[in-house]
Amino acid sequence: MAELRGPAAPRRHLLSVRDLTREDIERILETARRLAASLDREVKKLPTLRGRTVVHLFYESSTRTLASFELAAKRLSADTMSLRAAGSSVDKGESLKDTALTLAAYDPDVIVVRHPSIGAPQLVARCTDAHVVNAGDGKHQHPTQALLDLYAMEEALGRLEGLHVAVVGDVAHSRVARSLVQALGLVGARSTLIAPPTLLPRGIEALGCDTSTDIADAASADVVYVLRMQRERMAAGEAFVPSLREYRVLYGITPERVRPGQVVMHPGPMNRGIEIDPRVADSGAALVGEQVRAGLVVRMAVLYDVMTVAPSPALVAAGAA
Amino acid sequence: MILFCRNGRSDTLTLEGRVVAPSQRIDEALRISVEDGVITAIEPGSPGSRVIAPAFVDPHVHLRTPGREDEETLRSGTEAAAAGGYCAILAMPNTEPVVDSAAVLRALVERAREEAVIPTGFMAAISKGQRGEELTEMAELVASGAAAFTDDGHPVVSAAVLQRALRYGSIAPRPLALHCEEPSLSRGGHAHEGEIAAELGLGPYPSSAESVMVERDLSLAAAEERPLHVMHLSARESVDSLRRAQAEGIRATAEVTPHHLCLTDDAVRSLDPNVKMNPPLRADADRRALLDALRDGTICAVATDHAPHARHEKDVPFEEAPFGVTGLETAFAALYTRLVLPGALSLETLLERMSAGPARALDLPEPRIEVGARANLVELDLDADWQVTEAGFRSLSANSWLLGETLRGRVARTIADGREVFAL
Repeated sequence: MAELRGPAAPRRHLLSVRDLTREDIERILETARRLAASLDREVKKLPTLRGRTVVHLFYESSTRTLASFELAAKRLSADTMSLRAAGSSVDKGESLKDTALTLAAYDPDVIVVRHPSIGAPQLVARCTDAHVVNAGDGKHQHPTQALLDLYAMEEALGRLEGLHVAVVGDVAHSRVARSLVQALGLVGARSTLIAPPTLLPRGIEALGCDTSTDIADAASADVVYVLRMQRERMAAGEAFVPSLREYRVLYGITPERVRPGQVVMHPGPMNRGIEIDPRVADSGAALVGEQVRAGLVVRMAVLYDVMTVAPSPALVAAGAA
Repeated sequence: MILFCRNGRSDTLTLEGRVVAPSQRIDEALRISVEDGVITAIEPGSPGSRVIAPAFVDPHVHLRTPGREDEETLRSGTEAAAAGGYCAILAMPNTEPVVDSAAVLRALVERAREEAVIPTGFMAAISKGQRGEELTEMAELVASGAAAFTDDGHPVVSAAVLQRALRYGSIAPRPLALHCEEPSLSRGGHAHEGEIAAELGLGPYPSSAESVMVERDLSLAAAEERPLHVMHLSARESVDSLRRAQAEGIRATAEVTPHHLCLTDDAVRSLDPNVKMNPPLRADADRRALLDALRDGTICAVATDHAPHARHEKDVPFEEAPFGVTGLETAFAALYTRLVLPGALSLETLLERMSAGPARALDLPEPRIEVGARANLVELDLDADWQVTEAGFRSLSANSWLLGETLRGRVARTIADGREVFAL
């Protein structure tokens, strides 16, 4: 594997899928496949990132993302440290910038950031010397989720090029939808966002997708990607749909709405009985478990990739912006 | 009196160069003699390398005083204005406390008499506490020196309150300036509703959040047959409404900021908190509509909406950052570099919209180049290239969208009310 770069070299970040090219995605997925093969061995730890430090800075609750990032760093022999907003100086009103500067004093190689506010990873990238990986910033981006979804799709369907993915649900509040649509576009797959008109942001087609308000348009897709109804991101009294009941009737993914041969994905956590019928969630069509497993190897690949691959000049500029 | 500054000397000096005073149809090489602050002679001179124009008037400045003197003081804000070529500015009342009583206003006037480097006027709030419920004591505020009324930072949500303010304005005869925003449409909004906000996931602040309020306010002005001034326009729909209203004879004036004339929401892709303002940057079609309106006079004034913010308050994720950018020290150079040099706006129009235009809209003394007038002059070096840096600001805040940019055209000297208040 390639030589790790010194600290003076331009830094590579993963703040947004916009930071990636098709070659980047294919390389990361290939690395993930090789790592998956190595994980079949009895001793699962690789020495690749020995002596490197990965800090996880999580300002939002997370189960699978934090767990898989931590395990990914450990499997690559990196030293890891996880900081959750609760129980840290953040509770005492410390700003993100000051927390980032404090962590930067320990000279981490990578800072993995999850934050409820759009632009938080960009701020951390501006004020530290670490490679920054965005593990979700508000409604903006969740690039490693998109990469693991591509990985799981390719494993299940054997290809990405030419696939049609219907993304169904609360698009307005979904960083997963934004990242996934961009990533699918990069690898030559097509996507259609399907949502009630009040949850379909004006101008979202600019991501490079079709939009629809009719669940019937999911029938032709190879993959039905179900989004969680993000109730916590809706301000009190700001109901975007008249009721969850009506939402379920119009857009819920029931067994009748899944065509044989289609696969169903969900980034979790699921609201069973709202956006997804439990019979679908537990069926053979659902790739939910595969997505979680893909999360580990893909995040290992991402950690490896940001530390080893020199960025193209354009990406350095994007990261510095 | 509506403009206040510290008493000082009156200067005796001579300026020579290409004198451009569009509202007086002057564009020739002249020598202007100023004695004891008054223009005493205007004679043929040599064109030299400088342009001399009536100094600028900014109808929309946040001086953050009282309450946030860490962000700006009357001294620092007026020094910044002097460096930007201004001879008069109007300060907004959304301070802590709000300028909604004669007591607060009089205290500010006293401070201005001690600290303000250039003549400064103070707008008072339309409603008590800017809560949009009860009118302030507008007549007493006028008697105490209020230059105009606004709830800037907040819309007057209640149409009934605005109707009353328009009616009551006949016995408190200073302009009414309106921040047009329908809060139920802008709530949670951080960027113009469109492709960029959709892609970035930012809460949308649609053009309609401004234009429905502009439309409502113009309708009320028409019904009450009273004038009004619309602040910081951003959307082409608002421009359309304004143009229609003016054609129908409604006495409405409007202002636009340098950032809305130069930038679009594409700048928001950087997630730099220094391109976050209210109203937000909009699409290029909006920007072009604003520019057209500025050219044809539908919008008669450039206003900076200079909004200083402490560094630590802007050094946060985009979504958490407060709205507002500074602009006093960069307005002319930004517009000269981005619009005049590429041929999108004439120098004459820019100079008019930065001086006579805003002065007339807000009923302020118009800076004029004529014998017997107090000298209010700006000397411009149109060939100078300079870099915008944090260290170069006189303002206490540095939240400029132009940090690091190189601009062409620089204010070389400012004479305000007969005094040289800035020289490079």
